[in-house]
Amino acid sequence: MTALPTPIARPRANRQPWLRGSTIRALITSAILLPICILWIYPFLWMVSASLKTNMEIFGGLGLIPQAPQWQNYLRAWEQARVGQYFMNSVYVTVSSVILVVFCTSMIGYVLGRYAFPGKRIVFGLFVATVFIPAGYTIIPVFEMVNRLGLGDTLWGVILAQSGGAHVLYILLFAGYFSQLPRELEEAAVMDGAGFVRVFAQVMLPLATPIMATVIIMHFIASWNDFLLPLVLTLSRPELRTLSVGMYSFRGEYYVDWSGMAAAASIALMPIILVFLVMQRYFVEGIAGAVKQ
Amino acid sequence: MAPALILAGMFTFYPIISSWQYSLLQWSGFTAQKTFIGLANYAEIIQDKYFWDAFRRAFQFMLVSMPIKLTIALLLAIVLNNQALKLSPVFRTMFFLPVVTTAAIVGILMTFIFSPFNGPINGILRDLRLIKAPIDFLGDPRTVLWTVIGIEIWKWLGQPMIYWLAALQTIPREIYEAAKVDGAGWWPQLRHITIPMLVPFAIVIMLITAVGTLHVFPLVQTLTGGGPFFATEVMEIYIYRTAFGGATGMATPRLGYASAAGVVFGITIMALALLQAVGVRRLRDFRSGFSSNN
Repeated sequence: MTALPTPIARPRANRQPWLRGSTIRALITSAILLPICILWIYPFLWMVSASLKTNMEIFGGLGLIPQAPQWQNYLRAWEQARVGQYFMNSVYVTVSSVILVVFCTSMIGYVLGRYAFPGKRIVFGLFVATVFIPAGYTIIPVFEMVNRLGLGDTLWGVILAQSGGAHVLYILLFAGYFSQLPRELEEAAVMDGAGFVRVFAQVMLPLATPIMATVIIMHFIASWNDFLLPLVLTLSRPELRTLSVGMYSFRGEYYVDWSGMAAAASIALMPIILVFLVMQRYFVEGIAGAVKQ
Repeated sequence: MAPALILAGMFTFYPIISSWQYSLLQWSGFTAQKTFIGLANYAEIIQDKYFWDAFRRAFQFMLVSMPIKLTIALLLAIVLNNQALKLSPVFRTMFFLPVVTTAAIVGILMTFIFSPFNGPINGILRDLRLIKAPIDFLGDPRTVLWTVIGIEIWKWLGQPMIYWLAALQTIPREIYEAAKVDGAGWWPQLRHITIPMLVPFAIVIMLITAVGTLHVFPLVQTLTGGGPFFATEVMEIYIYRTAFGGATGMATPRLGYASAAGVVFGITIMALALLQAVGVRRLRDFRSGFSSNN
């Protein structure tokens, strides 16, 4: 850490100036990046600050510190915007959908990655082709399908529709990973009398934990952010709205209550930001895993 | 495998096929009355100005947002990949924060931030005496699309940044050490080591980012709902508006017509994707590990 060259460190003497140069450069970089970063997260700071101001005060000035914290904004948001309920809906949808997606994509990835069967190339081709289909493209038949299954106006409709996307990236990740594992693993398990399902569940799947982490994180972000599906599928049932849809309609109903909305947005964003801050290593490694494979 | 195929079949493959079928119908979606009208929807779409505007905007969005996002993300990743930079994880976290925040809430938050009625952006610009009258960033058809693109870049920049960082970390440190011994400076190192080593990753990263950039519905719908005067109506919004009567529910829903729009757009995207033969070939390399097994 110390930038001062010491006489004792003579063997490194010729590396010392470079090291010092890089430390100084790092300090300068930090000094430049810090204000940029603060600007970058300024909208969040502004939101939290606005949630503690009165409606008059929000547009009175640029200062971020409220004169007197207005905690009742949060109470109002909680009761009127039903943030708590929407939050639970979002958690329910996201968790179920993540479990389903990991289950489905790992299995299909396992089969595609380890077994040769007729039509494999076609299955692969079909999945890869769906990468390029824009999301809005299939919303109408999906809407129809969910209603026909009798799942219209239920959260399960949202969950199934989210999980049923082709998720090519996840499948490719699993398939790529499983295909690299040595054959002896399966052979040994089969010798021990394990069937197809047990080989998969007890031998192969535990080995794929890094990929599972990636898929969980990526689908968590996708599902938590999803808007079109829950919007369309809960149009007639306000109590089933997810957070994003709920916030959107709250704005439609209480357009003038900015501090209430800022408070609702803060309640909605805080948990996810906290989860991210606590688990950020997994987030970053998970996302990175998508590229490293 | 079966459950995945059934689910994907139900919610991905079947909808693709049936949207072709719907596109041949005149159908409001809420009544059982479906009239087969052949290609009439397509004939109408070809002449629909709003469709082509939305079509153009979707590409404009992608062609502006993607290069900017990828370039800034790469520069940031290179800067943050510096081992001497002790605060690097903190910076990384801050840049990544918008990625995990719900898109729809970002949309609502940003309508405050960019508000012409003393919103903070206008406030700062006014205090710096850069503007006299507030700019209605999200209400003026001339500025709105650029504002939305800017917000989209802000929201998603962290994702390609992490991809680039992951790619950078696969380059062995020894190569740089060797280059330093040979007296190569910062730029030659970047030019002759970093960039060539990133090329195989770049294609995957571009692909993932391109697909993401087509999916801007939550952000645009909550920011502007496609307005003002359709100035930000990208394809997803157009389909939503024609299919479900839009946010206001004023217009008559036309599921058949919206399906036809979806088909035309989807086929264009697929055709473009297929034309990118390089990208497709790289995708094969990406999964070459197991195609070589059979």
